[in-house]
Amino acid sequence: MTKPDEIAEGQWREATRRLAAGEARLVSLWGDGGEARMALASAGRSDLEFVGYACVDGAFPSVGAAHAPAIRLERALCDLHGFAAVGARDARPWLDHGRWPIRHPLGAGEANPAAPAPYPFLGAEGPGLHQIPVGPVHAGIIEPGHFRFHAGGETIVRLEERLGYVHKGIDALMSGAELARGAELAGRVSGDSTVAYQIAFARAAEAALGVAVPPRAHWLRALMAELERLANHLGDIGAICNDAAFSLMHAHCGVLRERALRAAKATFGHRLMMDRIAPGGVAVDLDSAGGQTLRDLVALVRDRFPRLVELYDNTASLQDRTVGAGALDGELARRFGCGGVVGRASGCAFDARRDHPYPPYDELRFEPPALGEGDVNARVWVRIREIEESLRLVTQILVRMPSGPTRVAIAPGGAPGEGHALVEGFRGDVFVSLRLAADGRIARCHLRDPSWFQWPLLEAAIEGDIVADFPICNKSFNCSYSGHDL
Amino acid sequence: MRRVLLEGVIGGPLTESAPEADDPELVALAEEVERAAAAVLGRSLSIRHVDAGSCNGCELEIHALGNAFYDLERFGLRFVASPRHADVLLVTGPVTRNMREALERTYAATPAPKWVIASGACAKDGGVFKGSYAIAGGVGDVLPVDLHIPGCPPSPAVLLKGLLALMRGKGG
Repeated sequence: MTKPDEIAEGQWREATRRLAAGEARLVSLWGDGGEARMALASAGRSDLEFVGYACVDGAFPSVGAAHAPAIRLERALCDLHGFAAVGARDARPWLDHGRWPIRHPLGAGEANPAAPAPYPFLGAEGPGLHQIPVGPVHAGIIEPGHFRFHAGGETIVRLEERLGYVHKGIDALMSGAELARGAELAGRVSGDSTVAYQIAFARAAEAALGVAVPPRAHWLRALMAELERLANHLGDIGAICNDAAFSLMHAHCGVLRERALRAAKATFGHRLMMDRIAPGGVAVDLDSAGGQTLRDLVALVRDRFPRLVELYDNTASLQDRTVGAGALDGELARRFGCGGVVGRASGCAFDARRDHPYPPYDELRFEPPALGEGDVNARVWVRIREIEESLRLVTQILVRMPSGPTRVAIAPGGAPGEGHALVEGFRGDVFVSLRLAADGRIARCHLRDPSWFQWPLLEAAIEGDIVADFPICNKSFNCSYSGHDL
Repeated sequence: MRRVLLEGVIGGPLTESAPEADDPELVALAEEVERAAAAVLGRSLSIRHVDAGSCNGCELEIHALGNAFYDLERFGLRFVASPRHADVLLVTGPVTRNMREALERTYAATPAPKWVIASGACAKDGGVFKGSYAIAGGVGDVLPVDLHIPGCPPSPAVLLKGLLALMRGKGG
């Protein structure tokens, strides 16, 4: 007779095999209590599969050993819970830089008396190779992270990222918190994706509690999500061009972005739309003046943006920097299950709004763009197409939005519950897994930023390019440091 | 390109007039800070931004200070790429334990006289992340803070108010 833990082990190993064989996509890997857990998605299935492994002796079979996209998630899991990934190729810590007063904050939480140990970077050997350390404090107004280049002259031989500098311990802050506090924290995992995170957290909470949200709330959430996408893509296109010293695009995109943020402030009361979405619905309704503000914004962007696209497309000196730079291989992007702009520019058409549909996107007409070149230029063009798509979506939502209430009261507590959500942010799919305790408080909340599967690909995309192209490639990926470090 | 440039020339500026520093507490703080600075630096400030653990919301709004509506540089305020060129450190976020040393070293690399602005709710006392094992505290728990700008995140207008209060204090 097979023992239960053998069944679990068999399922875990089978899931690992399917990931490595490309039959499924890794959605996330995290720890919960004494268990390591995985979420998988496979083509043609709109629901997710979950596999758990009870780490009875503090260990689980490494997924990363067979499937590289799991490596950093696994290292983070080990840092936070103190589990060991058996057979892992990379046992270095990831989020834990040896500077916390405790070790394994989600596990035993034992005191950490040791001084920080030096971090051994991966090497590259050859005549004339040199290292360039960059960060964590960078030259621009950006988030902190360390980049270690090995270069031969100008050519990058190897880039290795070291992240975790902005780790704030959000997982631990979530545990034991009330839902309202959880929503506040979720909205501050990555400020640029605050709407996407708030929707994902709210949807996970609603699934855990079995609460049905009024239809109008779904439409208002989508409206905010598309506004967030619009504002961020406008900013990113400008910033990418600015990294090629073409500040004219930056200035004009910046004006449109500012208009979008002001419209968000006028309509929803906050420029980034923080704290506008709560489990049970939304915190603000849209009035007729707000509707007009958004229609005016759409008209303005429709008028101005095509000229900027033309400017981008017709400026040879700019194209010289973006075409062919930082090309990401489509096969690699597929293996990493890389979503968002980065994935779609390398031929992965995945979009949570379409492939794991949630209201109101199941009723809306839209076509996520996908290109195949995988270079900086392709990532700019995916953003251009998504801006156009978001404008169409905002228009559809404004026309078709149902009337009615925007929020239902929720009463957590009574029974433990569990819920999951996958929501498409401007950067890609945000995954939230939420487990509620019987008293209605959060027992465990895991939030996975799309950047987890994009950061490692930046290392691959930049190989063979020149050091001076790194800023523009990095900006074209625009991964989140805070969303990744948590 | 010609069309875009031409429209920029004939369209008139989008830049808005400077906001008044209407928060007496902010003005008082800034004056206190800047009495010593006026003689040394004149009417210009070089700012070095350091993200010590923010969620990146603050960074988005600091970026917006450079757009045509706020046009930060007309006030003699500019962001510089190195702490060695800076008069002011503009620090965002709670200070994470993993960033503490980098922040201290950035401060040490900034030549005196220097001032520290803690920007945003997290920079004041850790904000929503207060109490985490991974947080060393607000900026004031690590560096001497001269001015705090409130908000989550502070909007560009509020940031501008804080920075201008600093400048006015310097001039007067």
